[in-house]
Amino acid sequence: MTLSRRTLLGTAAAGATLPLVRSARAQAANTIKIGVLNDQSGPYRDTGGTSSVAAVQMAVDEFASKGFKVEVISADHQNKPDLGAQIARQWYDRDGVDVVMDVPTSSVGLAVAGVAKEKNKLHINIGAATVELTNKACAPSLIHYTYDTYMLAKSTGGATVKAGGDTWFFITADYAFGKQLQADTTTMVLASGGKVNGSVAYPFPGTTDYSSFLLQAQASGAKILGLANAGGDTVNSVKQAKEFGITMKIATMLMFITDVHALGLDVAGGLSLTESFYWDMNDKTRAFTKRFLPRSPTNYPNMIHAGNYSSALHFLKAVTDMGVPAAKASGTAIADRMKAMPVSDECYQGSIRKDGRGMFPAYLFEVKKPAESKGKWDYYKLVQTTPAEEAYKPLSASECYFIKS
Amino acid sequence: MFMILGYPAPLMFGQLLLGLINGAFYALLSLGLAVIFGMLNIVNFAHGAFFMLGAFVAWGLLEFLGVNYWFALLLAPVIVGIFGILLEKTLISRLYKLDHLYGLLLTFGMALIIEGLARNQFGSSGMPYRIPAILQGATNVGFMFLPNYRAWVVVASAIMCLVTWLIIEKTSIGATLRAATENAPLVQAFGINVPRMITLTYAGGVALAAFAGVLAAPIYSVNPNMGANFIITVFAVVVIGGMGSILGSIVTGFGLGIVEGLTKVFYPQGSATVIFVVMVIVLLVRPAGLFGKAA
Amino acid sequence: MFGFSRPQATAFAVMLAAIIVAPFVLYPVFLMKVLCFALFACAFNLLIGYVGLLSFGHAAYFGMGGYAAGYAAKAWGWSPELAILFGTLAGGLLGTVFGWIAIRRQGIYFAMITLALGQMAYFFCLQAPFTGGEDGIQQIPRGNLFGVFSMQSDMAMYALVAVIFLFGFLLVHRIVHSPFGQILKAIRENEPRATSLGYRTDSYKLVAFIISCALAGLAGGTKSLVFGIATLTDVHNAMSGEVVLMTLLGGLGTIFGPVMGALISTSMENYLAQAGAWVTVIQGVIFVTCVIAFRKGVLGVLAEKLKITL
Repeated sequence: MTLSRRTLLGTAAAGATLPLVRSARAQAANTIKIGVLNDQSGPYRDTGGTSSVAAVQMAVDEFASKGFKVEVISADHQNKPDLGAQIARQWYDRDGVDVVMDVPTSSVGLAVAGVAKEKNKLHINIGAATVELTNKACAPSLIHYTYDTYMLAKSTGGATVKAGGDTWFFITADYAFGKQLQADTTTMVLASGGKVNGSVAYPFPGTTDYSSFLLQAQASGAKILGLANAGGDTVNSVKQAKEFGITMKIATMLMFITDVHALGLDVAGGLSLTESFYWDMNDKTRAFTKRFLPRSPTNYPNMIHAGNYSSALHFLKAVTDMGVPAAKASGTAIADRMKAMPVSDECYQGSIRKDGRGMFPAYLFEVKKPAESKGKWDYYKLVQTTPAEEAYKPLSASECYFIKS
Repeated sequence: MFMILGYPAPLMFGQLLLGLINGAFYALLSLGLAVIFGMLNIVNFAHGAFFMLGAFVAWGLLEFLGVNYWFALLLAPVIVGIFGILLEKTLISRLYKLDHLYGLLLTFGMALIIEGLARNQFGSSGMPYRIPAILQGATNVGFMFLPNYRAWVVVASAIMCLVTWLIIEKTSIGATLRAATENAPLVQAFGINVPRMITLTYAGGVALAAFAGVLAAPIYSVNPNMGANFIITVFAVVVIGGMGSILGSIVTGFGLGIVEGLTKVFYPQGSATVIFVVMVIVLLVRPAGLFGKAA
Repeated sequence: MFGFSRPQATAFAVMLAAIIVAPFVLYPVFLMKVLCFALFACAFNLLIGYVGLLSFGHAAYFGMGGYAAGYAAKAWGWSPELAILFGTLAGGLLGTVFGWIAIRRQGIYFAMITLALGQMAYFFCLQAPFTGGEDGIQQIPRGNLFGVFSMQSDMAMYALVAVIFLFGFLLVHRIVHSPFGQILKAIRENEPRATSLGYRTDSYKLVAFIISCALAGLAGGTKSLVFGIATLTDVHNAMSGEVVLMTLLGGLGTIFGPVMGALISTSMENYLAQAGAWVTVIQGVIFVTCVIAFRKGVLGVLAEKLKITL
């Protein structure tokens, strides 16, 4: 009892003084500080999480001839927009963080983007999906790197319609991300002459049984079942569709290789999905993966992990190019410099558009059947490549305030 | 195709059946809660965590020891039950003399720890657990494809509920148990080891949750949040059924599953809320719950 | 003044001094968060500590207050004092409805019903168009107090939050020490006896419940203006759990306990956000430790050691 009391009081004292301590070690003039903010304990832990932190750290370790020091810190936003915004605020304000990276979960991404804009600090979003990050919520100091809902709709959606899947039924996670994904896909389907027979939105989070929604989908007579959800929800819906003998073709609108791993190839085999990175794509990606795996023993890299590595590297190149004091002075300045330089590393080759959109090809993959898979994590077959210019929402349709004018 | 209330009949029947399946889990979980509450006077907030543990133990048995589903269905409840005994002996037993609210808070804390540890260890994307070979596939029951495994879930949980009910209501063990619930000192005076009985009852209730967890493993991914998702709904079920009643928890569990299933046809967004609405209505009309005795 | 005993007056002076000095030393945004949660915990403590009612869904009123204030400030452009007042009303109104349903049952049932009602409120906020679903209401402006004083700077906002907190804190203290508060305590100790003395205990409980909910709404509304964001986090049942944790940790039924609990818990969350995935585990361990070995909480134990009431 004495012990527990002492421990608790100790914790209290330590906790109370913490913000003070941190402020004291705020920015050293020649140090660049990167903050990786993502979900490290919740549903999106495996799609990003500590593996993303490892990827950023790897980029820092491998970046030669810096002439300045780089420090990486990370935090868990627990998928709470308020917590995410608060950590970002504190990082920018008091801890001398120069860039906040990753930030999956669209709601948190939007909140952090708001803080970055207010403070003119750089934010590179890799993990969140919503296309709004480069449209209504855009900011001059914001870069959205790896993928978005528009690109998913275009690649997976467009290819599915082209293959004859012209009538759709959506099962949608009833929140901003799911709705956006459904809206973008619907636009795509209608534009290609297809039709949406219906949709059902389910409560998020907390829904584990999708069978009744699946029966409604089947009853709608549509050919394609569009899943506008992510992570564990997608895994469950796919599993249950298989179980209920749903004959519709399933379009998993957002799925990562880590989800495929969770499903197993006997269930996931034959599904189509879009990522902008696959570890087994070519010699470069394999070389990257070989170095990455010791840092992330349980997860092979997906596009979020690779995106964290690539964008961190690109950021450091830009800092070297313009010098540390200039980079620290303005988020917009460093973002502009990153936009002006071509992206070229083992994982991504392309550029960053003036609205902050990372421009990289989108790859449509088909998941291999168990018999086709030759080894560990040998999961994807490349079906189609959409060039960057076509994959992303064109600037002419942009809703971003500094692009429109 | 004939229609019911503007919906195709197969869809309606399908949803009813699915509701029944969900109801099976509600019934098993609320039954365990009712047994524990009856005996220990503790609202076992950790029930969802034990449900989740059952699924994880089944998964672990298969993954590391190659123990198949059927043995897991027997073993997992035993293993989790033993774990329950440990917790009861070390923690819960210290609270019997205190306000019931402390039991709720303690088990709430236990749930946080168990679920947090599982999340640290296994991540949260979930682990796949395959349906046993003999139950794979589906049967065309006319209005829908009924997966064989789901049919088995309903049957298994109905049997389990029935057995539990019979043990409590019709056997001498059950009679002692009920007597101890009413008046523990008196039963103790008859030379029956009441504390041990309490411990075993807790283990039994926990084992029921673990059994439900194993049943659920092939349907939902085995993931650390699976119990937390269920537990609040099950609380509402228990309140509706009437806390003390064994039969009430079984009937209400299945019944509310069906209500929820139907809501998914008419107003899917409301499917998560409907049970709470029912709870409010029941409370206004019958504060002690449908099957509860008035306090 | 306010019926403080000598030790309490001393403690209050210390707290007041801390509130005044702290923003010059620590990060004001963090301090405002502590004060908002402290007020929330005080409101919660009014029920559990002085009426013996464990409301396990208190996040509903806190979160609803946040949404109401945030919406009024953002969509209608209300000034902060009106927006916060609106949040307080929203919390109180929801508390009236839910309380009326929940006080029909006692003890554990009450806890479970408030939990279920809280879950219902959560789903309502998830579906209702004005809450912004999972995104929440973002970029809420702090506005100008009374339409005049800009609250944009953290120090100005801090002053407002501190005043609101002190108002709520003293109000709770005043209520507890009023004749009304004495009856509440009588109900906690022995409800049948209070009934037999002629008190309509249900009405007293309901009034206490509504006051607690309104204060929770006040805290939630203030918090949403501080951070410029109102989200589902604040209506989620995990938040209900957190406020129980704060109060339990600080000391149930002590007037300063919830404040201390909020300070410890918020600092801890702040610290653990860096540590990663162990947040829930540590919270769980604290719960278990408190219930098994430490039921009086930090201040309860301290008060016992010093033989005073805090």
